[in-house]
Parts: sequence; C-alpha cells; structure tokens
Amino acid sequence: MITKVFATIAVVITGSLLLYGVTEFPSFGDPHSPPNAGVKGGGESVSQYFITHTYKDTKVPNIVTAVLADYRGYDTMFETVVIFAAGIAIFVILRVVGDNSDPTRSGEGKRTSPITSDHNRIIIGTTCRIVIPIVQLFALYVVAHGHHSPGGGFQGGVLFGASFILLALASDLNTALRRLSEKNYFALAAVGILIYAGFGILCQVLERNFLDYSILQKIFLTDGPEMARSHSMLGVEVGVAFTVTAIMFSIYANLSSRGTLKNGL
Amino acid sequence: MMEEFLEHTLEPHFNFWIYVILMMIGLWAVIAKNNMIKKLIGLSIFQTAIILFYVSLGVKDHATIPILDHHAPAEESVEHGETDHGKPTEKTASSDHSQEKHHEAEAHAIDPDTMANPLPHVLMLTAIVVGVATLGVALALTQRIFKEFGSIEEDEILTIIKGGNADE
Repeated sequence: MITKVFATIAVVITGSLLLYGVTEFPSFGDPHSPPNAGVKGGGESVSQYFITHTYKDTKVPNIVTAVLADYRGYDTMFETVVIFAAGIAIFVILRVVGDNSDPTRSGEGKRTSPITSDHNRIIIGTTCRIVIPIVQLFALYVVAHGHHSPGGGFQGGVLFGASFILLALASDLNTALRRLSEKNYFALAAVGILIYAGFGILCQVLERNFLDYSILQKIFLTDGPEMARSHSMLGVEVGVAFTVTAIMFSIYANLSSRGTLKNGL
Repeated sequence: MMEEFLEHTLEPHFNFWIYVILMMIGLWAVIAKNNMIKKLIGLSIFQTAIILFYVSLGVKDHATIPILDHHAPAEESVEHGETDHGKPTEKTASSDHSQEKHHEAEAHAIDPDTMANPLPHVLMLTAIVVGVATLGVALALTQRIFKEFGSIEEDEILTIIKGGNADE
C-alpha cells in the first residue's frame, strides 16, 4: 500500500513536470521545428541532409533504409549484436539440456486441450498450410525490396520468424524445430552477424574505413560508388534478417517450453 | 479559458500529452506493482511511450513517407550494363532515358519539408526489435525466478530470501 502511495506521488510530480515542459514543445507537425529543420541559423539539419542527399549518395530511394544500413551502419551492426546477445542470454538463463522433465509438464503427449483435437487441427492446419508460405514469401520480399519500398532486414526478419512461431503455435514446437533446429538457428544468427561484420571488414581490407561501402565497387563491378553502397545495403540487410529471424524463433521456442524445447505451449 | 487551453496548449501538443500520460502509466506500474509480469507490462508501456514521442517529433504537416519516387527497372539495366565507365543516366534503357533523367533531377532537388523526418523512424525501427529481444530476456529471467522460488510476487520472493530457505 505504501509503495502505491509513494508511486502515485512520484508519478504525479514527474508527470506534471514533463507536461509543463511539453507546453514549450514545437507544435505537432511543424516542418520547421528544431528536430526537423535544425536550429535557426545552424544551416541544414542532419535529417534534411539525409532527405536531400541520400539518393545522390547511394541510389537508394528508401531513406530510412539508407540511413539505417549505410550512414548509421555501425550503430545498426551493434543493434544486431544486441539481438544476438539477447538470444544467447535467454539460452543461458533458461535452457535445460537433457531429460530432467518438469513435474508441471508431466502428461506430455496425452493433452486433451481443444486445440489438439482432430476437428480443430484440420481447420488450423489447413489455414497455416496456406498462410505460412505467403507470410514467408512476403518476408523475403520485404527484405529483398527493403531499400526501394517500406521494409528492410529487421521487418522482414521478424516476419519470417513469425511464420515459424505460427507453425509452432498451430501444430507444436517439435514440428517447427524439425524445420529450424536449435543448432541451425544459432548458426543462422551467427552467420547473420558474420555477413554484416564481413562487409565492414571487406571495406577495411580494401583500405577504407569499416563499413565504408563505396570502395566495394571494385568487387561488385558497379559503375560507381553509389551502386556499390546500394548493393552493400542489401547484403547487410540480409545479414540482419538472418539474425532477427533466428533469434525471434529462439526466444519463442525457449520461453514457450521453459527451456526444454519440448512440446511447447 | 477552457477553449484557449484546448486550442493553444492541448491541440498542438496532443501527441506529447499522450506520451507523458502513457509514460507515467508505465512508470507507475514499474514502481507500484508487485507482480513481475505486471512490472514488465509497465516497462513495455513506458517503451511504447518513448517510441510515440520520437515518431511524433518527426511528423511534418502535409508530408509523405521518406521514400523517394523512383523507377526500379533502371536498377536492373545498371547492374547488367554493357559499358563500364559512363554516366549513370546513360546506362538506363534508352526508351525512358529522358524520363529517368527528369526523375533524377527531381530527386536531387527534393524539398525536405515534403518528407517526414527519417531519423526518428530509423532510431525507433531498431529500438522496437531490440525491445522485443530484451523483453524476451526479461521474461526468461522471470521464468527462471519462478522456477527457483515458485512465485513471481516480489514480496513473497523477498520473504523467501530473508527467511534463508531460498536454496530449496
């Protein structure tokens, strides 16, 4: 009870201070507000530079992807590493290797929840058989076309991971694990990071800065540094998609089975 | 008085008011709730408030999404171009040559006020996915705590720890 009173007091004080600050904010939708146009007399802001120069620099129409994978490539690489680290952390915290079966999980195989009865399995199974390929195809499109239309590695990776989670929800975890086993998804996650870091190291080998893609025109044989940056962005996004796909599925698999990777929900 | 408040204070900052309110709901849950899952829900609401805040900052009136209008087929012909060192505009298919040139000129002279600010979108894009991954870690820790103590209520766990029978 005392914590609730204390929490309410703290929240009210903090909230009113923040609301007092909000009154000084620029209006919603103002194109000349400091975050959008920089301070007065400060010249072009960073976001304006991105909007006006991205296509000239990289030949990538999707500015968000260009900033994500090129201008802020170093940041995005370590965001991907954070996701990978989260997957490893969940493995370390939760994973139970071997067959020490949980007492609350006894009676495996003879569960009679409505979802496993034959009647529903036909409907759900057929629906998933139709939906999952479409989801996966769309995920591939989102990754591959991410620098020309809304999309990119993170979004496509989450979609692809979701298709495996859907499979695990519709049938059971083992069915999904047969398609993407634990060994494979961790390998996939590591390969994703390797692709991303590999692009960076490749640039270093060619005597440029880490993740300075423009030098890669020597390898891609494009007709200018812009197209090399465009192609490198696609490669890097594929790496991100690998890692995100694998880790999203691993999070679900570990959490739903309490680390045993058996049965699932 | 009330109308003035609505028009000059609330209406231009509506999203920011919502962000503060959401953030405070999250903060209250993190401080006051006893159940760890409820605390995590609070943390997620807090995070959503921050995302709303960033995205609201990047909005521009009458602006479109930060993706330029552009013809994808030109990309293909550049990739399989016959000559190696020409101007990029000359590499495109001859039929829509002038059109492509026009498009590029247009893209170069883009007015930043017609496109939403891409930076908040970039930052939040990664923050959302990383948020999901870290929420997964938090849930894993909660499951682990439940396995150790048989409870995810904070006060019950504290009594178990203080009682010294936590090794059970």
